Amino acid sequence: MKRTLIGAGVVMSLALSPMAFAAKTLVYCSEGSPEGFNPSLYTAGTTFDASSKSIYNRLVEFDRGTTNVVPGLAETWSVSDDGLEYTFNLRKGVKFQTTENFTPSRDFNADDVIYSFMRQFDKENPYHNVSGGSYEYFNGMSMPDLLKDVVKVDDYTVKFVLNRPEAPMIANLGMDFASILSAEYADKMLAAGTPENVDLNPVGTGPFQLVSYQKDAVIRYKAHPDYWAGKAQIDNLIFAITQDPSVRYQKLKAGECQIMPYPNPADIEAMKADADVNLLEQEGLNVGYLAYNTKMPPFDNAKVRKALNMAINKQAIIEGVFQGAGKVAKNPIPPTIWSYNEATVDDPYDPEAAKKMLDEAGVSGLKTKIWAMPVQRPYNPNARRMAELIQADWAAVGVEAEIVSYEWGEYLKRSKDEDRDGAVLLGWTGDNGDPDNFLAVLLGCDGVGGSNRAQWCYQPFEDLIQKAKVVSDHAERTKLYEQAQLVFKEQAPWATIAHSVVYMPVRKEVVDYRIDPFGGHIFYGVDLK
Amino acid sequence: MLRFFLTRVALVIPTFVGITLLTFAMIRLVPGDPIELLAGERGVTPERHAELRASYGFDKPVLEQYWIYVNNILHGDLGNSIVTRQPVVNEFFTLFPATVELSICAMLFAVFIGLPVGVLAAVRRGSVFDHTVMGAALTGYSMPIFWWGLLLIIFFSGILGWTPVSGRISLLYFFEPVTGFMLIDSLLSGEDGAFTSAVSHLILPTIVLGTIPLAVIARQTRSAMLEVLGEDYVRTARAKGLAPRRVIGVHALRNALIPVITVIGLQVGVLFAGAVLTETIFSWPGIGKWLIDSISRRDYPSVQGGILLIATTVILVNLAVDLVYGLINPRIRYRR
Repeated sequence: MKRTLIGAGVVMSLALSPMAFAAKTLVYCSEGSPEGFNPSLYTAGTTFDASSKSIYNRLVEFDRGTTNVVPGLAETWSVSDDGLEYTFNLRKGVKFQTTENFTPSRDFNADDVIYSFMRQFDKENPYHNVSGGSYEYFNGMSMPDLLKDVVKVDDYTVKFVLNRPEAPMIANLGMDFASILSAEYADKMLAAGTPENVDLNPVGTGPFQLVSYQKDAVIRYKAHPDYWAGKAQIDNLIFAITQDPSVRYQKLKAGECQIMPYPNPADIEAMKADADVNLLEQEGLNVGYLAYNTKMPPFDNAKVRKALNMAINKQAIIEGVFQGAGKVAKNPIPPTIWSYNEATVDDPYDPEAAKKMLDEAGVSGLKTKIWAMPVQRPYNPNARRMAELIQADWAAVGVEAEIVSYEWGEYLKRSKDEDRDGAVLLGWTGDNGDPDNFLAVLLGCDGVGGSNRAQWCYQPFEDLIQKAKVVSDHAERTKLYEQAQLVFKEQAPWATIAHSVVYMPVRKEVVDYRIDPFGGHIFYGVDLK
Repeated sequence: MLRFFLTRVALVIPTFVGITLLTFAMIRLVPGDPIELLAGERGVTPERHAELRASYGFDKPVLEQYWIYVNNILHGDLGNSIVTRQPVVNEFFTLFPATVELSICAMLFAVFIGLPVGVLAAVRRGSVFDHTVMGAALTGYSMPIFWWGLLLIIFFSGILGWTPVSGRISLLYFFEPVTGFMLIDSLLSGEDGAFTSAVSHLILPTIVLGTIPLAVIARQTRSAMLEVLGEDYVRTARAKGLAPRRVIGVHALRNALIPVITVIGLQVGVLFAGAVLTETIFSWPGIGKWLIDSISRRDYPSVQGGILLIATTVILVNLAVDLVYGLINPRIRYRR
């Protein structure tokens, strides 16, 4: 029996080696199952990896490994002088994938763009309520308020008409929810009485097409043979769904997969020493922060906030919480985003000066709360530990802080309360690489009582970001955002803590995998030795 | 016998009502708003929040929600998952065969090793074998599943390279599931080596999931055997000059099996609980992992439906055990 087992094991080990795959097959040990295959219906990164990143394209794309917007299904575009009309000239000769359910009879055209957006925008669209009909990213990016209409000018020209100028519009259209689906397929499925098939058995123009999906086990794709940008170098792409990070690493070591996301921080050192593994790293497009409630005294006084910021030893947090895999944050946007203000001077770590400033502000014997998130996030691997370090730092300047935590859903909900007691640890990962996606969402007046956890509505700052939203000149926008960062620093509604580093272990045989700054996983352009 | 059967079956009905009430109440008592969890840091506006609550029916009074839920169950509808928007029944039955396959293998592993080991330990009471086996059983019972699973993966897959790390079959094999049971499907596929691959993927999860039931069965068999071996009829059988193997295997074991079968039935529940962790470690696409995900995302329909279906399975298995028990022990079915 024992011999048989050993025999089987050896056979398996041989069978599993990547050499055994005749065609070039890339196996990615993904961290979970996608919610579905229509990216406009969902919000999870895991879903986007499995759908928008592999199966679909958008009018504009982000250049792989950067936040730069490049042409996608639209070859060129123009913006009207008043910033209210965006006209896109569509790429010709783009083929949709042929699947078991559907053989396209025509190339991609304006109808597909109209269908993809009107399904989300128009409540009367026959597809609006299919598969639950909830388009949270479309709503979250304020598209229903922003869009007036999406018009087909001719077969290869589409016009987006807006209610107000919105400079980040182009970047928004590169986001996953803006993926383009086939209108012809949708019409066919609607006529057949099975509209939900559009979401279950996806058809896109992207580099890979779905072959099969077994929930919680495996997703199989093959290269789209007629992909407009050229067929992918790998023939097959497999997502081997493996939830536990330590097991993912074991699979990577055994050659059962070639790329894995989200390594266990404890395994990083071993990965660095592993001869079979290349450990890629890049600064994440994120920020971890501590938001004061600027509506509640004494935190309504910028001097008090500034003093508390100066009492925090951020370097110790980088070492103790991020184990070195992070960078001290001085601005509310990460350095990888354009307009990041290098000139901003961070609050120095100076407990003595902090104590003095608190005295000057008339604050003594201050008691407050620090909210620690119950979950691990890319921008904060251990909020509890971070809260403890801040608690100790504040104790040194005479501020007594109690650490509180709630279940994640409760935490998100309660931390929005305008009369919340205490400072909240939270963070953000960028969606579209536009500074507006950080500054307006997290610090704008509209976000008070919602995503603006500091409840901070400061007119000079608001004026700058609102102006930057409507100006289309890039240089002018950059200047406005740089100024906004200085105003932010001076007013200190947050203690900006850190930008984390993202690690991506890949096996040595993987060629040209690039870390996506948005946290997605993209396999077009990747090859195997 | 019919009366015994009917009584047992009738008892199942209040159990079901209790389960629906408990799962419905408990998942709602756990703090956490499914809509907030879905929205994450981005959040939703209060208006959109209210709209979504209404679309899931959460805006109705709790009692009305419960009534709708029960009414839907009676019509065979367990609702749709909040996360994937797919019918809970479909999701459950796609994943259920994987859990059943693993559980059956783990149970066979536990029974086929636990029973003989327990019998031997009883027969050689006080020997080194007895002490070793019972010590090992206690260790096995106390072993944290997650740690035990990782340890086996690191040793057998990482260091020795004998078994695959995780999954149900090598990615080389690709065929559409027919029964959902990989051992059967791999045979049906007719692909060379598929069955061996499926077996090799089952080895470690089976050991990990079967460890606790194995320990319990071995200990239970030993103590039941010890009790039976001291009975008069065993002494009589020995005195008659029957072969020791026959005395132990037929006269003693058959009577000792009665409590052991009950324990085996109860272990089915333990298996499902253990499957949650085992499936997570071995990326086994079963209902345990699915249920944990559903709980953490407050996916009310999936949690309610999943627990109800698992409870149904456990109840049915225990009902079957009760009936078997009645068959092998006449005293039980005639008890009033």
